[in-house]
Amino acid sequence: MLNIKGLEVKLEEEDKQILKGVDLEVEAGSVHAIMGPNGSGKSTLSYVLSGRDGYEVTAGTAMLEGADLLDMDPEERAAAGLFLAFQYPVEIPGVGNMTFLRTAVNAQRVARGQEEMSSADFLKLVRAKAKELQIEPDMLKRSVNVGFSGGEKKRNEILQMAVLEPKMCILDETDSGLDVDAMRLVSDGVNALRDAGRGFLVITHYQRLLDHIVPDVVHIMSDGRIVKSGGPELALEVEKNGYADILNEVA
Amino acid sequence: MARAAIRQQKIDATEERLSGLSLPESGAWGQEAREAALERLRSMGLPHRRDEYWKFTDPGTLTRAEAPPAALLDADEAAVFDDVDAVRVVFVDGVFDPDASSDLTMEGIEIVRLSDAMASDIHWARDLYGVLEARSHENVPRPLAAFNTAFATDGIVIRVTATPSKPVQVKYLRKSERSDAILHHCVKVETGASLTLLESGPAAARFSKGLEVDVADGAQMHLVKTQGRDHERRAVTATFARLGTESVFKAFCLTVNGVLTRNEVVVDLTGDDAVAHVAGACLGDGADFHHDDTVFITHDAQRCESRQVFKKVLRNGATGVFQGKILVKPGAQKTDGYQISQSLLLDEASQFLAKPELEIYADDVACSHGSTSGAIDRDALYYLRARGVPEGIAQDLLTLAFVAEALEEIENEAYAEALRERLAQWLERRRERKQA
Ligand SMILES: Nc1ncnc2c1ncn2[C@@H]1O[C@H](COP(=O)(O)OP(=O)(O)O)[C@@H](O)[C@H]1O
Ligand SMILES: [Mg+2]
Repeated sequence: MLNIKGLEVKLEEEDKQILKGVDLEVEAGSVHAIMGPNGSGKSTLSYVLSGRDGYEVTAGTAMLEGADLLDMDPEERAAAGLFLAFQYPVEIPGVGNMTFLRTAVNAQRVARGQEEMSSADFLKLVRAKAKELQIEPDMLKRSVNVGFSGGEKKRNEILQMAVLEPKMCILDETDSGLDVDAMRLVSDGVNALRDAGRGFLVITHYQRLLDHIVPDVVHIMSDGRIVKSGGPELALEVEKNGYADILNEVA
Repeated sequence: MARAAIRQQKIDATEERLSGLSLPESGAWGQEAREAALERLRSMGLPHRRDEYWKFTDPGTLTRAEAPPAALLDADEAAVFDDVDAVRVVFVDGVFDPDASSDLTMEGIEIVRLSDAMASDIHWARDLYGVLEARSHENVPRPLAAFNTAFATDGIVIRVTATPSKPVQVKYLRKSERSDAILHHCVKVETGASLTLLESGPAAARFSKGLEVDVADGAQMHLVKTQGRDHERRAVTATFARLGTESVFKAFCLTVNGVLTRNEVVVDLTGDDAVAHVAGACLGDGADFHHDDTVFITHDAQRCESRQVFKKVLRNGATGVFQGKILVKPGAQKTDGYQISQSLLLDEASQFLAKPELEIYADDVACSHGSTSGAIDRDALYYLRARGVPEGIAQDLLTLAFVAEALEEIENEAYAEALRERLAQWLERRRERKQA
């Protein structure tokens, strides 16, 4: 599904190397987790994959189902099935959440050569998904993420994911700022989307989320590289001993 | 150049411009009002780029004898309010068209063509025509408004005695590439009455419009207009409003395209507890686009509220201008004055020139003003694109969001929504044209 080879990335404006050769393959139907200390490059990886500007890829490739992601505009990547749940969802005053979602859904459909969704079908779809995530109808009417609590913003990300049904979902610290109940809602939302045709890359600093979304593979990232990979037990090890032990061991 | 020489040059230029012109035939009081306006114009002289009030906007093409031609754009902008159940007044290239207009009789309102009003010896419009315009020069000379009063060839005068069941819609159609139209309207909203006036359409290749509004005690006037999408048209408009006690005046103008637009709004709050909101939005595209909002609000009574909200979206080298002033006269205590002007610059070639001013002679007032210029929010743009929204659509969504705040100033949500929808359509069509 997602195939990253030797990815090296620096900042466009500064001579600062952030990713120093990332190799990663997420197969369809699997959930991979990336853990790692703050500043190790996890968010940068998600941004580069989704096409944020400000970064320069100096080496390596990133393919989604054989298509070269790095060659596409952000909207093309989205239409190709890539989705990033943002660590810091952006507030957009003046753009209604519903308008935003409908525009996104229809733009993706048009890009894939499908018919636009009718207003009625769209409403039905969003209402159902929103209900599952316990998103109040009022939140759908407000401007995108404006005045949302931290937890509401994260639930709104998962709502978008549920409505857009991407093939490859990247979740960047979706657990941060969530209380236990919200964490369960979000995890249920993610788990409901797990299926054989879909891949997940769950970025998290803590093991907590991985109790709910159980990964197939766990990677540890440090200083722009994946330094260790293993099963779910690797996350537990981090939880118990912190990153220091693992990093010492691979150093 | 010495000041005297500049002054002489201005007078000469004005006389030269006037030499080929004669005042339109009018009845007795009309003639008087026009002659008085002509005198005011002569003493002020036509505006020049050197004038402080015109330093951001070159009036050259507005003052010269020949109106520069403007290609006709086959657009539906004039029809913006056609779905509204309204009394329709239609002008074609600046000439009243009775056949295209609806029956102008309606309970609580009297609508008369300017020439007919001037033809009757006694008419209420006599106390309004050119009167507010004349007063306005106390603060700043507005020679083009005096020119308009003197030479207006058509217009309507509206007197509202009760609240009519429908709004009045004035549609300015344009069929000629060379029309040079001068219209002047007067509106008197009597005590406790209320009027909504909707205006739309490109009007003429060069359009000069004067509008004088007298809002009596407890009366309301709502003005919502769009100003023509014809790329090459020029317009200079002046709206004067005098507000009585506890009266309300709200004006909104949407401008999309047009090479040159100067909209002046002059409001005198003369009765206590009056409210004036003046707002506008413009979308400008191209290096030849120049849009100027010049607002002057005088607080001359207690506890009045004034609000100015202007938003300009500028791209491909377009220029936006905002000159806004709040003058608080001595004794105008508890004045609440607010002013904001903002531009969204879609590229570095575009520019926004703002001159916000406060002049306050009372001590117990709350006035604030602000002006900002910004580019499109890159994070928001990326967020939208990351959800699959193509860059052009994302940019238009953010543009609409930026303008929405000004549209919110329109009290009647249906009109605001009508404008918002049109705007979205126009942006979409522009996008498609660019793709094609
Ligand atoms: N746009 C940027 N400007 C400056 N520094 C950046 C930028 N993006 C990332 N960095 C730096 O790159 C490193 C990795 O950051 P990030 O990818 O956010 O790490 P993580 O998500 O693992 O905490 C940090 O040192 C961070 O400061
Ligand atoms: Mg991060």
